[in-house]
Amino acid sequence: MLEYISIIITAIFVNNIVFAQFLGICPFIGVSRKLSSAVGMGAAVTFVMLLATAITWLLQDLVLTPFGLGFMQTIVFILVIAALVQMLEIILKKIAPVLYSALGVFLPLITTNCAVLGVAITVVQKGMNLGESIVYAFATAVGFTMAIAIFAGIREQLAWTSVPKAMRGVPIAMICAGLLAMAFMGFSGIKIG
Amino acid sequence: MNDKLKILFNGIIAENPTFVLMLGMCPTLGTTGSALNGMSMGLATMAVLICSNVVISLIKNFVPSKVRIPAYIVVIAAFVSVLQLVMEAYVPSLYATLGIFIPLIVVNCIVLGRAEAFASRHGVLDSCLDGIGIGLGFTIALTLLGAVREFLGTGKIFDLTIYPEQFGSLVFVLAPGAFIALGLLIALFSKLRAKSC
Repeated sequence: MLEYISIIITAIFVNNIVFAQFLGICPFIGVSRKLSSAVGMGAAVTFVMLLATAITWLLQDLVLTPFGLGFMQTIVFILVIAALVQMLEIILKKIAPVLYSALGVFLPLITTNCAVLGVAITVVQKGMNLGESIVYAFATAVGFTMAIAIFAGIREQLAWTSVPKAMRGVPIAMICAGLLAMAFMGFSGIKIG
Repeated sequence: MNDKLKILFNGIIAENPTFVLMLGMCPTLGTTGSALNGMSMGLATMAVLICSNVVISLIKNFVPSKVRIPAYIVVIAAFVSVLQLVMEAYVPSLYATLGIFIPLIVVNCIVLGRAEAFASRHGVLDSCLDGIGIGLGFTIALTLLGAVREFLGTGKIFDLTIYPEQFGSLVFVLAPGAFIALGLLIALFSKLRAKSC
């Protein structure tokens, strides 16, 4: 039990996917102008990341490793993720139209979200078992959602401030992200178990 | 000849992937702890970009437009796998330093973006030049960011000591410095561009 708690705390705070690992920066910058869309993106990422990690872990364990096809990892994983996102879009449209209209616009963007592929590869590299992988994927996604939600809140305020012309838009957002990352550095050193 | 040069330089200044298009931010932030790492990442991406641009412009007439994106992704992923194996064999220490960002070239928006926006509409030579131009623009941006961070953080550029290390502020080598240095560089770049236009 303690390992799982340790994985969760580490993935959310200490080794935050955005601020410490630099993955998923594109949606982090691109979809963080409004708090509501940021939360929507976070939810969509959580959903896809959980499924993608579970499926790619099983594929790696049952197909790639036993048949010595480790070098195919990159190709297989990205195809699985792309197919998964497509399928999710179709399935959600049919069975959960409310959820689809909430997540819909964000789903196609997730294929090229490097956080999803990044987590899928990381769990294999770290040699986690299936349970740990799923917990890690979930906690990482929660960390991502938290980061993008905090950032969107800051950017909503930032839109009303007067910033020098050259700094408007992305540059000032980057610097805010830097300050946020500095705050997150305060968590480094936390250890459980 | 002139428009060939234009394609080449387009990627370096007018459509610089990092400072203007703002694509591929993850490796930009994640691998620029030093100038050398930034440059290696840029060159690795450039290699994949040139190969995938050439192949995609060759196959563009055979691929049905409905499945073109998955087809492009497979081409890109194939070249990334080749690059992974080559780097693991010949420069294992660099491969270990850049770590997860090498396989993640697959999802680098620059590569797929150029495939869709340029290579699928132009000939082989132009696509190759576009790959070189955009790749160089990306490499220059990463090297610059890496050099700035290394200089401010440790007082070195390409491991050459400029001033003693204890005067550097370590934060620029760590995560927050990546965001701050990149934000300032983008601001500087857009200021310079606005002046020259």
